[in-house]
Amino acid sequence: MKLLVCISKAPDTTSKIAFTDGDTKFDENGVQYIVNPYDEWYALVRALELVEANGGTVTTITVGTAADDPTIRKALAIGANDAVRIDAEPKDAFFVAKQIAEYAKANEFDIVFTGKETINYNGAQLGGMIAEFLNQPYVSLAEKLDIAGNVATLDRMVAGGSEVIEVNTPFVLSAAKGMAEQRIPNMRGIMAARTKPLTVVPATEVSNLSEIVSYEMPAEKSACKYIEADNMDELVELLHNEAKVI
Amino acid sequence: MSVIVFVESKNGNVSKASFEAVSYGSKIGDVTAVTYGDVDATALGEFGAKKVLVHKGLSSANDQQATKLVVAAVEETGADTVIFSQDQIGKAIAPRVSAALNAGHASGAIELPKTDGDFIVKTNVFSGKAFANVKLNSDKKVISLLPNSFSPEKIGGSAEISEVSYDLGSAGITVKDFKSEGEGVPLPEAELVVSAGRGLKGPENWGMVEDLAATLGATTACSRPVADIGWRPHHEHVGQTGVAIRPNLYIAAGISGAIQHLAGVNGSKTIVVINTDSEAPFFKAADYGIVGDAFEVLPKLNEALKKFKAAQ
Ligand SMILES: Cc1cc2nc3c(=O)[nH]c(=O)nc-3n(C[C@H](O)[C@H](O)[C@H](O)COP(=O)(O)OP(=O)(O)OC[C@H]3O[C@@H](n4cnc5c(N)ncnc54)[C@H](O)[C@@H]3O)c2cc1C
Repeated sequence: MKLLVCISKAPDTTSKIAFTDGDTKFDENGVQYIVNPYDEWYALVRALELVEANGGTVTTITVGTAADDPTIRKALAIGANDAVRIDAEPKDAFFVAKQIAEYAKANEFDIVFTGKETINYNGAQLGGMIAEFLNQPYVSLAEKLDIAGNVATLDRMVAGGSEVIEVNTPFVLSAAKGMAEQRIPNMRGIMAARTKPLTVVPATEVSNLSEIVSYEMPAEKSACKYIEADNMDELVELLHNEAKVI
Repeated sequence: MSVIVFVESKNGNVSKASFEAVSYGSKIGDVTAVTYGDVDATALGEFGAKKVLVHKGLSSANDQQATKLVVAAVEETGADTVIFSQDQIGKAIAPRVSAALNAGHASGAIELPKTDGDFIVKTNVFSGKAFANVKLNSDKKVISLLPNSFSPEKIGGSAEISEVSYDLGSAGITVKDFKSEGEGVPLPEAELVVSAGRGLKGPENWGMVEDLAATLGATTACSRPVADIGWRPHHEHVGQTGVAIRPNLYIAAGISGAIQHLAGVNGSKTIVVINTDSEAPFFKAADYGIVGDAFEVLPKLNEALKKFKAAQ
């Protein structure tokens, strides 16, 4: 089995969100980067489990600059066999998907894994775009994945519940909670990751279909109104007449 | 401008999120709604659709055939903008359509685009901790609208409904089964949510959360550790690594308000926090706070609401 897992870096979940350069750039000052949780906890770990059970390889792929290498090494420490970095500053999801699709087309994988979304851009775009470029089925928001021969069975989130899906390889998926349990890399993994292959590949030309021109912060909340625990009639009154939500 | 809106049809019904998308689209241009199956599409006109195209040959949406349906409709109408809801089905199809059309995609839109000069869409980023203004440079544009961020408006029009029979190829995926979360409004669409955390001490205490939710007609949610230890199902987990929601009312009992929890719920219009600890960080994000024991406050709130409902 040949599996490709898309890995993105994301600011640690406790990072202070702020912007610089006239609110046009994310302020990286003091920000620690992690592997995007959906990519790491669910996509990567499930891919590793499948290869451990059935044989094969897990390759990670990242579109980014040398600044992404520590994040990529982290994914290697968790157990991926090798890594590919497409050497470019990611412009938008379309740009990134195109780069990954080009690589996947040339190297033929059974399954391409993405995370459900990144926790910084929340786009949930990459998997669907890659699938379209590869002309393969796309199982979004997959919570469970089993495979027998070339037939995969997945659970995926839909409105009001989950669907059980069958699909033949090759296909693309986005991984959501439930698919696997987080793995903490051990010392051996971290040591081994240092010497695992990380291949840097030049990017292909893609036109710029979208760009973020500025960022904004949500309006400050007004101060909390406190209500006595014995006075729930007052809360109901406020929810009805002031907040107008009931 | 000519706008295509993808409308999910489920058991013959149009979802609330789809009405939001149709209404949103009608503020941008002339809307042609595209849907499928045995669907009652008459109400789409009331929310602003001028035309509805129905493909009866497709009974449930799968990513590949639905993409072909939308792309064919774009070609037929010459539409320049395509709107999806950023719900589960929208997440499966919108990115495919954007790749197929070579279109810039604004994902998680929370407002109408600004179209004087550049085409700029405000979207939710950093799990709701910030917004990005995304400029779409391409001729064709795809926008995915975050559920519960745009109030659909009934304008009372009627739409011309016609059938289409485009060749949609085959579906790569086969749906074998559906496991229901139960009746009730799914979390991403819910306007009223009652949520609880580790402060409730154990799954056996969720009766009071469910009772309050039943009185309100609300959907239940929980914090991540509560789902991780199996007190509640995974689909109830809200926050940065769970479901992100924007209800009108979010009631949080026994949840500390960690940054990762807030990230997924701070788009809620009104937040009520019930916590024994007056220093709990959640109070900083709350509109209404009750410093008290959830075991006492939840039943009291339930009683007060019942009284209010009875008087209505
Ligand atoms: C990468 C990462 C991602 C994460 N993603 C998420 C996420 O998506 N969603 C999420 O929720 N968390 C997430 N977390 C976890 C988060 O950091 C918190 O640990 C979690 O939200 C705490 O859950 P809690 O508030 O239920 O529990 P606790 O933090 O234990 O808080 C319990 C609260 O209940 C109060 N309490 C106790 N008894 C009572 C009582 N009788 N009545 C009223 N109040 C009472 C306490 O004062 C306390 O404030 C994430 C963490 C990490 C590191």
